[in-house]
Amino acid sequence: MYRYDQHDQQLVDARVAEFRDQTRRYLDGSLSADEFRHLRLRNGLYIQRFAPMLRISIPYGLLSSAQMRMLAHIARKYDKGYGHFTTRQNIQFNWPKLEEVPDILADLATVQMHAIQTSGNCIRNITSDPFAGAAADELVDPRPYCELTRQWATFHPEFNWLPRKFKIAFSSSTKDRAATRVHDIGIHIVRNAAGELGYEVYVGGGLGRTPIIGVKIRDFLPEADLLSYCEAILRIYNLLGRRDNMYKARIKILVKEMGLAAFAEKVEAEWTTIKDGPLKLKDGDLERMKAQFSQFELDPTAAEDGSYAQKLSEDPAFAAWTRRNLKDHRVPGYKLVFLSLKARGVAPGDVSAEQMDAIADLADRFAYGELRATHDQNLVFTDVRQQDLYPLWQELGRLGLATPNIGLLTDVICCPGLDFCSLSNASSIAVAEEIFDRFEDLDYQHDIGSIKLNMSGCMNGCGHHSVGHIGILGVDKKGEEWYQITLGGSSGNDASLGDRTGPSVERAHIADAIQTIVETYLKERLNEEEGFLACYRRVGMPPFKAKLYAESQA
Amino acid sequence: MSILLDRHGQRLEDHYPELAADQSVPANQAVLVPWARFGEIPENSKAGLLLPNTTDVLALPEAALRLPLLVLEFPSFADGRAYSQASFLLQRRHYPGQLRARGQAVVHDQLNMLRSCGFTQFQLRGDQDIDLCARLLSNQPSASTLRRFPSLP
Repeated sequence: MYRYDQHDQQLVDARVAEFRDQTRRYLDGSLSADEFRHLRLRNGLYIQRFAPMLRISIPYGLLSSAQMRMLAHIARKYDKGYGHFTTRQNIQFNWPKLEEVPDILADLATVQMHAIQTSGNCIRNITSDPFAGAAADELVDPRPYCELTRQWATFHPEFNWLPRKFKIAFSSSTKDRAATRVHDIGIHIVRNAAGELGYEVYVGGGLGRTPIIGVKIRDFLPEADLLSYCEAILRIYNLLGRRDNMYKARIKILVKEMGLAAFAEKVEAEWTTIKDGPLKLKDGDLERMKAQFSQFELDPTAAEDGSYAQKLSEDPAFAAWTRRNLKDHRVPGYKLVFLSLKARGVAPGDVSAEQMDAIADLADRFAYGELRATHDQNLVFTDVRQQDLYPLWQELGRLGLATPNIGLLTDVICCPGLDFCSLSNASSIAVAEEIFDRFEDLDYQHDIGSIKLNMSGCMNGCGHHSVGHIGILGVDKKGEEWYQITLGGSSGNDASLGDRTGPSVERAHIADAIQTIVETYLKERLNEEEGFLACYRRVGMPPFKAKLYAESQA
Repeated sequence: MSILLDRHGQRLEDHYPELAADQSVPANQAVLVPWARFGEIPENSKAGLLLPNTTDVLALPEAALRLPLLVLEFPSFADGRAYSQASFLLQRRHYPGQLRARGQAVVHDQLNMLRSCGFTQFQLRGDQDIDLCARLLSNQPSASTLRRFPSLP
């Protein structure tokens, strides 16, 4: 856990006071509604369909048990008893009262949390691999780099009024688990041939109406130049990004319209002049940042435990859960554990206050008091000894958090949809539930294997539909809900955008359509080893299209 | 009457009346000249220059950088281009004169950001509470001045 020093605390406290004053001036009429909108958005406060929505920042998805308990408190005291984890590793509350938001922020500040820059046209929460620090395939722990970047981005005076929002993600492992290629800046921490650490930098990725996969702007940026390079990119974007049309204002459009070479030339020219200035990381900067993270000793004897193997052979339900919901840890005897937030009858990403408290207790008991939020809207305990897995699984089962479906069809990424959001065309949550019911049979899901189903209620793409192996997008046709389907998207190392199947499908047929697609895949695949994405990339759209539209006409 | 504050919240007098459309640029007098008429400014002028936020300041002629005052324009509350123009002027062009912010964003809630980006004068938007703004600049530490990377002027 990154622990605030006095300076960090002072900054967050000052922001609470500032926002309280802004709210007061809005309520007494001395601040216009339009200007307050800009200011409150920079503090994560939206006015939604039914009530305000407050988005709280969880930097790179990392939470302590104390913070989780505070979220439970906020859910209970100011909201309707639950919160919603988002695809930016943040959490949203959908029912706070505007007048109470300053109090919520003051409560959050007591556990080193805030809502700074979780919305608005500024640099948003820095996201990263939810397995950071524990992943078996990791080069270095990306979190100190993320934190450094967070501190640079927080209240950056020059970049608070950008043409549009700006998202930065870090990855430091062989497998990209942070969807870096669909970020405005995606940073891969790498080592060059000389053995030096540095970054491979991607720019101009993003989802939304015009989804674009980011392109590489730099093969290798020296480690000390992280912030100056980001600054150069942001400066060029701030000046040249389009402001005439909000749908063309993201950096992806600028890079596309200018061409990568011309854009890169301007960035390099700027970077060359500032790289040896105050933004250059000094010896010890990263070390100090690392030291601000709490350290815990892992148990060196963890791998000696025999009870885990025994439980695996005795209890098939436990064994099934371990196959889907555990990932390898860098240290033998430890596992990363997924808490599935995709249970039957629950909106994807939703957690109740009672669950939050219980999760905090479990984190203290089994996981060194820490947990992570993932961009696919689940939670992770990163450091669990194998001997603790069985009791943890039992507890999670009681809490409804042990659905063994991580990476399977019902592990849907989904936006809040019509139920909350004023932009949505689709009741995404209800559709997700229908799909859950249709595919609940776990044997069937296991047979289908790893697959990403992503759903967004509108073109803004909060549910990342364009990078789902199967994507579903809610569209409005004369006041009716229709759904456009895409196939073949990916947000991993092989990032790609899904292709449209054809005309959209009406609400009543969406679950049938997904079933048709899945059945077509099962028929077309070479063998069980060939996953949905690989199969689609091999056979292409025709067999899916033929089946899908033949049936809808029948 | 527009109100002008310096970096510490002190009132400044505005010595730069805007050049009228039918007026020619005086040889030795402080006056604010729009960018479109930059070419009419004589050498060693005391004029100030008003730049739209679409001007490429990296390509600004050296003569403009010798003027004692550059005014950057914020045409709307949420259009932050002039923040980066200021950075370019100070860091890449090493402009030594006064840098003034004017327009819709020169308000209480953005003064600290403007100051952090190196603006030296703030022409407050007409509806602003002058005392509140002056107080903000004179003492109150605010969230946006507590940043750590980098430490700015």
